[in-house]
Amino acid sequence: MADIGPSASIEAVESGLAAQGYIASRQIATAVYLSQQIEKPILVEGPAGVGKTELAKAIAAWRGMKMIRLQCYEGLDEAKALYEWKYAKQLLYTQILKDKLGEVLGGAPTLEAALNQLHDFGDVFFSKEFVEPRPLLQALEQPAGCVLLIDEIDKSDAEFESLLLEILSDFQVTIPELGTVSAVAPPTVILTSNSERDLGDALKRRCLHLHIGFPEQKLEERIVESRVPGISQALRRQMVGFIHELRTLDLKKLPSVSETIDWARVLVLLQASELGHEMVKDTLNVLLKYEADIEATMPQVSTFIAKASRQGVFG
Amino acid sequence: MRENLHRFFRAARGAGVRLSPAESIDAMRAVSKVGFTDRTILRDTFLLTLAKSQDEKKALGDCFDLFFDSPEPEAPPEDDKTDEQDSQGSNATSDSPGDAGGGDEQAEGLGQLAQMLLAQDRNEISAAIANAASAASLSDIRYFTQRGIFSGRILDQMGIQRLRDDLDNLTATNPALAERLTNALDGLRGTVRDTVSQALMLYGREEAENLRNEILRNAPLSRIEPRQVEQMRHLIRQIARRLRERYSKPRKRQRRGHLDVRRTLRRNAAWGGVPFLTAWKRRHRDKPKIVALCDVSGSVARVSDFFLLLIHSLHEVVDDVRSFAFSGHLIEVSDILESQSPEEAMAEIMSKVGFGSSDYGSSLDDFEHGWMSAITPQTTVIVLGDARSNNLDPRADILRRIAERSKRLVWLNPEGRMAWGWGDSEMPRYSTFCTVVRQCATAKQLERAVSDIVASYQ
Repeated sequence: MADIGPSASIEAVESGLAAQGYIASRQIATAVYLSQQIEKPILVEGPAGVGKTELAKAIAAWRGMKMIRLQCYEGLDEAKALYEWKYAKQLLYTQILKDKLGEVLGGAPTLEAALNQLHDFGDVFFSKEFVEPRPLLQALEQPAGCVLLIDEIDKSDAEFESLLLEILSDFQVTIPELGTVSAVAPPTVILTSNSERDLGDALKRRCLHLHIGFPEQKLEERIVESRVPGISQALRRQMVGFIHELRTLDLKKLPSVSETIDWARVLVLLQASELGHEMVKDTLNVLLKYEADIEATMPQVSTFIAKASRQGVFG
Repeated sequence: MRENLHRFFRAARGAGVRLSPAESIDAMRAVSKVGFTDRTILRDTFLLTLAKSQDEKKALGDCFDLFFDSPEPEAPPEDDKTDEQDSQGSNATSDSPGDAGGGDEQAEGLGQLAQMLLAQDRNEISAAIANAASAASLSDIRYFTQRGIFSGRILDQMGIQRLRDDLDNLTATNPALAERLTNALDGLRGTVRDTVSQALMLYGREEAENLRNEILRNAPLSRIEPRQVEQMRHLIRQIARRLRERYSKPRKRQRRGHLDVRRTLRRNAAWGGVPFLTAWKRRHRDKPKIVALCDVSGSVARVSDFFLLLIHSLHEVVDDVRSFAFSGHLIEVSDILESQSPEEAMAEIMSKVGFGSSDYGSSLDDFEHGWMSAITPQTTVIVLGDARSNNLDPRADILRRIAERSKRLVWLNPEGRMAWGWGDSEMPRYSTFCTVVRQCATAKQLERAVSDIVASYQ
């Protein structure tokens, strides 16, 4: 890949993702390319439903890698994210091995000798056998590399962020009883955030920062085209135009790409050939998730449809 | 090119993008991968590696455009002249070839700069300016007053002294060429001036901003000029950001009582599950609950404006804020502030209660009847006002009841301590019930006051 120029490789990323049904803008493709080249995680920010999680899935599918997903929530700790000892197994083994232990130590004349003998066996109960790997450790242990998706990192606590730092910068974790576990093959790490809280500078510093906003009209049309192939071109242009008009309103929750795709599917299901006034009013609840938003939009529907179809004619 | 990158990083810092050395190293690694050939890719690369928020992305994008858009040597005005003179020159050549040969010889005898200017090679001139600029360490420029010095240094570096000598000689021997050279020199001066102005914009912004902010921080809020209001809002947002960063750290403390079985087992696995060490469930510490009563009459209004902006920008640190504004009577303004931009919100608040003569007694009475239940033992009540009640009944008894119900009662007074108790100021009567009374006239004092209030919950 190194002998092709960077712009060609970036285009390769773009077409690779497109083959998986993910239409990436130039910036996204550049970010993916760079993260591969300089081995850095990508921190993706943006409103809900613009395809942050999809990006990770598309990369995994494109490179034919396994995707490991860690969904963050408040109270997530290292026992659930990194590794945990299999306590039950440890206890069970100690019970079973009790007699064996007696035999081994039986020959020792003094307590000191018994202790020394015990030392020779090493930390049997704190070996790899008894570690239950959680997503982060799993990701490091994949021999073929993988895509590690740390979803909605902003939902987790600040301590968890610090836990991630070692993984993000060096692709390794330190387990006190075992030592440091390094990645077999460095995973591609994607972190997503809805900006619910400001992430720490230490975390941001270790990542490429990618902001995905609402796509431009042309790009969104292509996204709909790839996701909902059954929709006619004229209707596609109209509906994307309508949604762009909608986004200029001051709504509680603006419709994002996932809503656009849902709506396109609904329109195909209803076998609509063009945007009708009634049709839009009936299906508006697919786009808008708050009653107040729907009420605010209702009176404007006709003007938006008119604008969108004018665009359809000239655009 | 490395030198250029370093200068760009410096410029980016000036534009308000916080860059650590590690980030610049990352950026350089990334740039070494993508190369310099495609400008949009280079731009995207910087945006990805250096900027860490959307504001920073915008600032960095602007900075990039400015940085890689070096001012072209001024060509248009010269072009006409040179065309003219070229035609003159060609006329001259056709008329008398001997003369022209003499001119060339003279040009050869000239200094390097003069030759360059006469050759009109724009790329060469640009390169010369860039070299001279780095020799004069133009990127150290900080204040607009330094523009003259740096222009002079650059021109010196380029050898303007020699050019002047050449000009003096030429005026006597070859006036036409001298005139051409003078015009070219004017053009050069213009270009250098532009280069320096651009450098000032790139590198001087940080210092200029710091200086301005330092002055603003210590200026009395009630007396700042209208044109500074926007800057002050910006400053207040910065303060809010700083406070958020400082206090949004985890608020947890050990609470003995409930055993955390999971963590206890885990911690004691080494002893076969016999609990030598115990782990206790932790509880999130309360975030501050704030009830703010703000006087919006006359001169206190502006301070209240900034105070409300600050308090309402602290979402992540403060759990719950309820704000009330009063002059003659009192209304709740939390919703107005939450739903609208600061300017609109203040305008609406002012139209509802603002600019009347203040009546602390009846405003407190309104509060007691309407919203006393908003105060819980975890609440900090902040009153912002000058306590000048126009000789009406101050109703300090209500303030006493508020103090009894709440965790803390803080009074912020924009007036200096000297004025408290003089004239119609009821400050001494009120202050007996307050946990803290402090002066709050500047952004600095405002920051300190709010910081202390939030800190008391940590």
